[in-house]
Parts: sequence; C-alpha cells; structure tokens
Amino acid sequence: MTTIAQPTAEVNATTPRPENISRSMSTWRRRLLIGIVVAYAALLILAPLTALVSGAFAKGIGASFTALRDPAIFSAFLLTLYIAFITVAVHALFGTALAWVLVRYRFRGHWLLNGVIDLPFAVSPVVVGYMLLLLFGRTGVLAPVLEVLNIKIAFAVPGMILATLFVTLPFMAREVMPVLEAFGVEQEQAAATLGASGWQTFWMVTFPALRWGFIYGVILTFARALGEFGAVLVIGGGVQGRTETVTLFIYRALDERQYVGAYSAALVLGLLSLVLVIGTEFLRKREK
Amino acid sequence: MTNTSLVTAQNTPRRAPWGRWGIQSAAWTYVTLMLLIPLMVIFQDGLRDGLGTLWQSVTSPIAWSALRLTLWTSALMAVVNAIMGTLTAYVLVRYNFPGKGLLNAIVDLPLAIPTLVTGVMLVVLYGPQSFIGAWLKDQMNWKIIFAPPGIVLALLFVNFPFVVRAVQPVLQSLDLESEEAAATLGAGSATIFWRVTLPALWLPIASGALLSFARAIGEFGAIVIVAGNIPLRSQTAAVYVFGEVESANRQGASAMSIVMLSLAFTLVLFVDWLRKRGRKDNEE
Repeated sequence: MTTIAQPTAEVNATTPRPENISRSMSTWRRRLLIGIVVAYAALLILAPLTALVSGAFAKGIGASFTALRDPAIFSAFLLTLYIAFITVAVHALFGTALAWVLVRYRFRGHWLLNGVIDLPFAVSPVVVGYMLLLLFGRTGVLAPVLEVLNIKIAFAVPGMILATLFVTLPFMAREVMPVLEAFGVEQEQAAATLGASGWQTFWMVTFPALRWGFIYGVILTFARALGEFGAVLVIGGGVQGRTETVTLFIYRALDERQYVGAYSAALVLGLLSLVLVIGTEFLRKREK
Repeated sequence: MTNTSLVTAQNTPRRAPWGRWGIQSAAWTYVTLMLLIPLMVIFQDGLRDGLGTLWQSVTSPIAWSALRLTLWTSALMAVVNAIMGTLTAYVLVRYNFPGKGLLNAIVDLPLAIPTLVTGVMLVVLYGPQSFIGAWLKDQMNWKIIFAPPGIVLALLFVNFPFVVRAVQPVLQSLDLESEEAAATLGAGSATIFWRVTLPALWLPIASGALLSFARAIGEFGAIVIVAGNIPLRSQTAAVYVFGEVESANRQGASAMSIVMLSLAFTLVLFVDWLRKRGRKDNEE
C-alpha cells in the first residue's frame, strides 16, 4: 500500500520548499545539515575503511600477497566457503518454506512463529555458540546420545554450521515474505484454473515472481555466513587447520602480531562481503 | 490484505491438506530445532540453582562492571545514533546534492562488513601504532582503543543503518502538506521541524534506536578487537560470557547469557508492539 504511494512522495520531496521561508536561511541551513551528515558518515565509516586498506598495504602490495599465500589462510577460506554454502542451501529451502507458511496460512501460534524468527537478530553470537556447547559439548545435554552415535559436533565443523544457521535464520524468510505478500494469489489461482498442478504453479508462476527476494535472501545469508565470528569461535574453538575460518584466522593473526596477514585477510573478507551486498543492490535497482 | 489471501488460499481446491500440513510442520520443526531448543537449554542451565544464584553471579564485581559498561555504552550509542540517523535520513529524503547516491550506499556498508573486520578497521585507525592513536594519546592523553570510546565507536559503526532505514521510508511517505500549512500560518522552519515533522517521526526513531540498543547488548566481534578483554575496565557482557566459557565457568556464563537474552528479547518485543501500534494509528 505504501509502496504505491512512494514514487509520488519522492517527487514531492524534490519540489522547492514554501516560498515564505527565507531563502538564504534555508540554503545556509541546508549546507550545514548536509555538511554534518557527510562528515559524520566519512569519519565513522569511510575513515576506518581507508585505514584498513592502507594498513593491509603498509609493507607494500607484495608483502600482503605473500601473507595471503599462507596455507592457513587458504584452508580458512575453504572452510568459510564450505560452511557458507551449506548454510545457504539449508536456508534457501527451509527459509522459503517458512516464508510461504507465514504469508499464506493463518493458524494457531502464527504470531509466535513470526516473532521467533527475528530472535537471532537480538541474540549475541557468543551466546549462540554457548547454547550449542550446552547442547552438544562434552558435558552437554545430548552428549550421551552423540557418544553412542559417534558424532562430533562441538569443536568440529557440524557445530560451526549449526551456529551459522542459527545466526542467519531470519534473512531468507524476511526477504521472501514481503515479495510473496505483494505478489498475492490471483495469478496462482489463474494457473490452477488452467489445470496446473501445485508444483507447476510454484515453479512456473510463483517462483519467478519471488526471484529477487530469493536471490537477495541468498546473498545476504551468504555474506552474513562469511563474516560470522563469535558463534563459530565458541563452538568451533578455532583449531588451526581444522576449525579455523577466515574470521578466526584474523583473530589469531592479530593475537600473534602478524598484522599484514590479519589486515590483508580482513580486507579480502570485507571486500568480498561488500561486493556481494552492493552488487545485488545494484542489480535489483537495475531490474526495477 | 493477508486475511483475504488466507481465505482464497483455503478456497483453492487443488492443494491437498496433507501438503499444507507437511509444509507447516516442516516450518515448525525447522524453527524448533534451530531456535527454540537451544534457547530453552540455556534458560534451563542458568536457572538450575534458582534465581538467587543467578543474581549472585550477575552481581559479582567483574560481571556487574561488564554489564554496566555494556548498558551505558549501548545507551550512549543509541542516543547518538537516534540523532545522527534522523539527521541523515532527513538529508537523504529532503535534499538533493552531489554524492547523495554514494551517501545512501554508505549507510548500508555496515550491514555488509563482518563486525570483526569493523573492529580491525578501528584498531588500524585509532590503535596505539597508528598516527591518530599515538597523537591522541600524547597530546590529549585520550585512549580510544582498549577503552570505552572505542566500544562506542564500534557500536556506532555497526548500528548506523538502523535508525536511518527506519526513519527514511516514513519521512518519504510523509506529505509536505502539513509542513506547508504550518509555514502558511507563519511558523518558522525550526518550529515546523520540532512541532510538525518530528512528532510524526518519533515512532520510527524510537524503534530504530531501541533495536540498535538491543543488538548492541550482544555485539562481540567488533568489541573484542577494539576493547580487548580487560576485566573491570573494558570487558563488556558478551566478552565476559566468552571468558567464562573459555574458563569453563558455566554458572557465570549462563547467568549473564540469560540477562542479555531477557533484555534483548524484551526490547525486540517492545519495538514490535510499538510498530504495530504505529500501523494501527496510521490506519485510523
């Protein structure tokens, strides 16, 4: 509803202010406000970003590349990507299903389900890792079961995947839900009337309409999974070569004062996430 | 809107009920396994010895100082973020200027950058080895890294988008008519802003600021790098939990986790309630 009103509002926003406001006062204030905001954003966001770039290349570009050739970084990137891909695969399926259930059905406990999926936004990553440790750790609730089945979750990759899944749970559903809601059911009903089966309707009518919400959800989930730190630190332990993701490598490298390696890896990770999120935003705007 | 789609979806004859139940139970199982069970375990563990023990662990000197530090730095961040976020949204909606698109993109940057990387950035910029960090320390005797100012800066960076993105759409859909009417009646622009524009924005400002506060309580990645882990000085609640987990002190870790979870959940629920109320006010 508000989305329909937005374009006109945007046109309104650029129309000149009422004439009886003194023009010179208004330009003066305008410049001041813009100046304050630009200075704030530059100092708060851009200055640290620039500092990281110069920090990574402080000993020359060659030194950063040598540092990045460290086999520990390579295996850390592999593990990070592995965890991120699995996370995306699980959420792409269940997150979309969750969005579908929340938008299309009303049932007892709807409000609960809808409220609960936002909880990971508010839970500290450290607490997420700790919760999983209480479940799967050596003295955890499920420890006897895991021992019988001979499965290792804490201080191993499966635990880190679970932690990343928890932290990224809201993204998929929250991206798909508004698109699904806006799309409505008329076209699906038309398809059904023409004899399409449920699956056919989903793949040929609904899914194409959801495409951008789905892609954006996947990218956000992926980017967030790449950068997860606290939860995987607690549940994975950060054992070099075994449970060390890129963020955990950066943490260890800082601790060991390998600054060039730490800054270079941080720069690569930051750029990767940046390109993913900004790139998708750009694509989505062009699509519109 | 959702109500009509519900009715029509139910009237569609082709979807067999078992499919509906299947997908619904899949959604519930997914949420229960991923979210509810882990959350229940932590409450069960922390409350095992009763509320008294929980209170004792949280009020031990180190834990209490960590909690206080977390709360005041988060509150300070929320206030600054509310003011600067509203100003940023105002400038982005009401003015056209070169570089506006860039500013709009910068607002989203913190969402894309891993918080650990944010911490690294701040250390590079303000740390003792950096030019600015050394200058501030020599000239003003001002420490940013391993001290509360660094924590506030990290929280401001990470939470920058929340108020802006909450206020922006509301400001955009706010018609200029009431502001113009006020101007016609002779109100100065400052009066218009304080008496007409701001009252319409308090809800998104409050919900954005409270949401950023809730997130700030649990922030870890940026803070552990920026603040280090100095008990009684720069150790926040999340870093405290990390330390207790590392030293296998379950009582301390669970107690602090429960306090953090309860605070954050209450805030998120309150924001949810605020937004629902706001939507109802709009419809009337």
